[in-house]
Amino acid sequence: MKVNLKGTLLAFFTLGTLLLSGCSELAVLDPKGPQAEVQANDTIMLITLMGGIVVTVLIILGVMLFKYRASKQSADYEPPHIHGHWLVEAICIGIPVLIVIFLSFRSIESNYLVESAPAAYADEESLVIYASSSNWKWHFSYPEQDIETVNYLFIPANRNIEFRLYSYGPITSFWVPQLGGQKYAMADMVTTLHLAADVEGEFWGRNANFSGAGTAENTFTVTSMSDEKFNEWVEEVHATADPLTEEKFEELLEPGHLGTSTYTGTHLEFSPAPEHSHGKTGPKVTGEQEQEDHSSH
Amino acid sequence: MEFFERFMVPHPSFLIYMSMVLIALVSIALVAVVTYFKLWGYLWREWFTTVDHKKIGIMYLITALLMLFRGGVDAVMLRYQLSMPENAFLTAQHYNEVFTTHGVVMILFMAMPFITFFFNFLVPLQIGARDVAFPRLNLISFWLFFMGAMLFNLSFVIGGSPDAGWTSYFPLADNEFSTSVGTNYYMIAIQIAGIGTLITGINFITTIMKMRAPGMTLFKMPMFTWSALIANLIIVFAFPVLTVALAMGAMDRLFDTKFFAIGDGGMDMLWANLFWVWGHPEVYILILPAFGLFSEIIPTFARRNLYGYNAMVWSMILISVLSFTVWTHHFFTMGQGAMTNSIFSITTMLIAIPTGIKIFNWLFTLYKGKIVMTTPMLYSMHFIPLFTLGGVTGVMLAMSAADYQYHNTMFLVAHFHNVIIPGVVYAMLAGLTFYWPKMFGFMLNERIGKATVWVMSTGFVLAFIPMYITGLDGQARRMYTYSEATGFTTLNMVSFIGAAIMAVSFGMLVWNIWYSFKNSPRNIGSDPWNARGLEWATHTPIPSYNFAITPDVTNASSEAFWDMKKNGVEIFKGDIKKIHMPNYSGLPFVMGVFFFILGFAMIFSMWIVAIIGLIGVLGCMVYRTFEKDEGFYIPEEEVKATEKKYEEMYKKRGDK
Repeated sequence: MKVNLKGTLLAFFTLGTLLLSGCSELAVLDPKGPQAEVQANDTIMLITLMGGIVVTVLIILGVMLFKYRASKQSADYEPPHIHGHWLVEAICIGIPVLIVIFLSFRSIESNYLVESAPAAYADEESLVIYASSSNWKWHFSYPEQDIETVNYLFIPANRNIEFRLYSYGPITSFWVPQLGGQKYAMADMVTTLHLAADVEGEFWGRNANFSGAGTAENTFTVTSMSDEKFNEWVEEVHATADPLTEEKFEELLEPGHLGTSTYTGTHLEFSPAPEHSHGKTGPKVTGEQEQEDHSSH
Repeated sequence: MEFFERFMVPHPSFLIYMSMVLIALVSIALVAVVTYFKLWGYLWREWFTTVDHKKIGIMYLITALLMLFRGGVDAVMLRYQLSMPENAFLTAQHYNEVFTTHGVVMILFMAMPFITFFFNFLVPLQIGARDVAFPRLNLISFWLFFMGAMLFNLSFVIGGSPDAGWTSYFPLADNEFSTSVGTNYYMIAIQIAGIGTLITGINFITTIMKMRAPGMTLFKMPMFTWSALIANLIIVFAFPVLTVALAMGAMDRLFDTKFFAIGDGGMDMLWANLFWVWGHPEVYILILPAFGLFSEIIPTFARRNLYGYNAMVWSMILISVLSFTVWTHHFFTMGQGAMTNSIFSITTMLIAIPTGIKIFNWLFTLYKGKIVMTTPMLYSMHFIPLFTLGGVTGVMLAMSAADYQYHNTMFLVAHFHNVIIPGVVYAMLAGLTFYWPKMFGFMLNERIGKATVWVMSTGFVLAFIPMYITGLDGQARRMYTYSEATGFTTLNMVSFIGAAIMAVSFGMLVWNIWYSFKNSPRNIGSDPWNARGLEWATHTPIPSYNFAITPDVTNASSEAFWDMKKNGVEIFKGDIKKIHMPNYSGLPFVMGVFFFILGFAMIFSMWIVAIIGLIGVLGCMVYRTFEKDEGFYIPEEEVKATEKKYEEMYKKRGDK
C-alpha cells in the first residue's frame, strides 16, 4: 500500500500544479470584465480551499493505512471497540460548519454582485441589448440605436451592458466566459444579465445549453471598443444596412446556421420580447396570430 | 406500408444497422441456447415466477450489468467522438441520441437496479427476515422495471432513440423540436420502470419497519439497512413527482396539451423544476445505499466496529431532508435572482456537512484497526479520496455566482461523474465482490480484482480530471464537436484514453467472473471474509427460508454475527419449527407483458392496442382480487433435513 499511496499523492499533486499553472490561460480564469472577475476570484479561492480539504483527507487516509495495516501488526492483535469521542466529533462537525458559514457569506455577496450592474460603471446608464436565440442563432437588438445584428455583438468597453434574454425555441444559455457567467434565454419570460468589458478586444460567446442538433455551432463573437468607435459603427450601420422587415426576420428564424448580418430597426417592433408575460404567451414565432399588447401588463 | 413507416429509425447509419444485426443475432442465439438445453421450464419455474428476494435481486443484478455494458459502450463512443476536433464518427443527431441514452441508461437502468439488487438481496438477511413484506409485489416491481428498461432500449432499433438529453428539457423535448417518437419512449418507458421503483420503495419501508428480528431496534439496524430505509423513504417522496411530470410530458407529446409547450400558457420552467424536484433526491437515492455498503465493508476489513454509528445514521437522515431543498441549484442560471440563488446555494453547501462527517467517520474507522487490503476494501479506499474530490467540486458548483461559469460545462460533467463513479459504481462493485461468495458459493479472484480497481481508478482519473480543466476553459457539455482553435484537443484525447482504460477494467471484471467460476475453490464456508453482519450468519448458498431459526438480537449489537462469533452471544434460540413461505406466481410477469404492450402502443399512438394492453393490466389486478393465496409451510422435518445436508456438505468439502 506504501507505493500506491505515494503514487496517488503524486498524481494529485501533479494534477494540482498542472491545473494551477494552466490557470491564467483558461477562459474562466482570464476575466476581462468585473462580473467575470468576481467569478474568477471565487473560483481561485474555492480551488485553494477545496484543494486543502482533499489534501487533508489524503494525508489522514495515508497515515491510517500506513500505521494500521495488518502486515505491520502482530498476528494476535485484536482491534479495540471504539465509541466516538465528543471532542473529535465536535472538530469533525465544527470545521465543515465554519467553512460553510464562510462560503455562505461569500456566496451571498457574490450573488448580489453578479446580479446587479457593476459598481465601477455605475455613473453611466446601462446600454440595453435584447439577445434572443432561435435554432441555432443569436439575434441582438439595440433598441436605443435602432439596429439589429445576427451572431455578433459590438459593445462599448467600460460601460455596463444590460442584456435582456429570451428565446424563439428551446431554452438556451447566453455565455461569454471572459465577460461573465451565463444565463438562460427562455420562450416565456425575459431574464436579465449584466456584463461589462474592462478592455477593448474580441471575445467568443456561445449558447451553453443543449438546444438540439445545432448546439455545437451556436456561437457568436463579442467585440468591445471605445465609445467613439461604437458610435461610428452605429452610424455606419444606419447608412449602409437594410431595414429588418417582418418577412426577413421570419426567414432568419428558420432552423439552421447563418453567418453574421446587420440590419437597421429591430424585431422588437413587430415581435416584442415576452416581458412580464410569464407563460401567458410565447414570443410570436409566425405572423399568423395577433400579438397581445404587452404594455397593458 | 404507411403503418410500418413509423417503426423505422429516422436517422439510420451504418453503426445502427450493424447494431441491429448484432442484437438480432444475439437474441436468436439466446433463444436457441435456452431451447436447446430445454431451459424454458426451468427459467419460468425458478426465476420468472419467483418471489424469493434473493433470486429477484439476482435478476436485478443481471439487468444492471447488461445495462452497464450498454451505457458503457455509449460512453466510449461519446469520448471517441470528442477525442479529435471535427471528428466525423458521429453526426450531431447521433451524438445527441447517444448521450441521452447514456444518461438515462446509466442512472435509471444501471444504477437503480444495482442498488435495488442490494436492497433485495441484503435487507431481509440483515434484519433476519424470510422475505420482504410483499413478495409478490416485489416481483411486480421487478417486471415493471425490466419491461420499462427493455422498452427504452427498443427505441434504438424501432422508431429512434430519444435525443433531448437525459433531463429532456421542454420545449426541446416537445413535438415541435423532437420530431421522432424517441422522447415518447423516454416519457413512457421511464414511467413504467418508475412505478416499479415506487412499489419497491413502499415494499422496503414496510419490510424494514415491520419485519426486523426480535430485539433489533431501529438503532441496532446494520448500516446498509439504515441507508436502504432512508433511500426508500426518499423514493416514496420523490418518485411521485417524476410520475406526474412524465404524465404531463407524455400528454404534451401525445395529446397536444400545453403544460410545458411554448405559448398557450405552457411553462418550460415547470418541467425543469419538476424534473429536479425528483432528480436531486434521486442522486441521494443512489448514493446513500452506496454509503451503506462502504459502511459494511470498511469495518469488516479494518477488523473494527464502525466509528460513530449514531453520527452516521443522523447524517444520512439530515442528507435525506436536505436533498429535497436544493433542486434549484440545477438551474441557478434561470434568472430567479440573487435572493433565491443565495438560499439554494446555502442549502446545497449544508449537505457538505453531514457528508464530511461520514468521510471522517470512515477514516476514523481505520484508526487502531488491522487493515486487510482485499478487493472490496481497495475499492473503498479509492472511493474516499476520489469521492472527496467530487464532493468539494460540488461545493464549488454550489457557489451560485461562480456556478454561472461552471453550469453546462465539462466542469459539471466531471463533477457528477466524479461523485457517481467513485461513489455509486465503486460501491456497487465493492459490494458485488464482497457478497459474491454469499450469492454464488465461490470467491472472485483477489489478484485480478485488485488489478481491476487500479486500472479502473487510473482510467477514471485520466478520463475525468481533464474535463475539469476544459470546462474552465469554456468547453460546454453536449457539444458533438469542436474546432482545433479551441485548444481542447489534447485533454479530450487524454479523456478518451481514460475512458478506454475504464472499458478495459470492466472487461477485467467480466474475465474475473469467468476465471473465478472456473478456478476458485468451493469449500469456503459461509463466512469467507471474517465479516460482522447478520447476513453472514446464513448458510452458503442461502436456503430459501434464509434462517432456520429466526435470529434474536436482543443481546447483540448492530454487528450481531460478530457478537456471536467473538463474544459468544446466542442469537439462534429455540427449536426449528415449520416455516411459512409465499407461493411463486406467474401473474407479475403477465402483468409486465401487458404493461409493455400498453407502453409500446402508447409510444406509437396505436390506441386500440393500448386499450387491449390496459385491459390486460386491469384484468391481472381483478384476477388477483379473486385469487386465494395464503402461501405454504415448509414442514419442520424438511427444514431439519436441509440444515443437516449443509452440515454434511461442509464436512465433506472440508470447509473452514
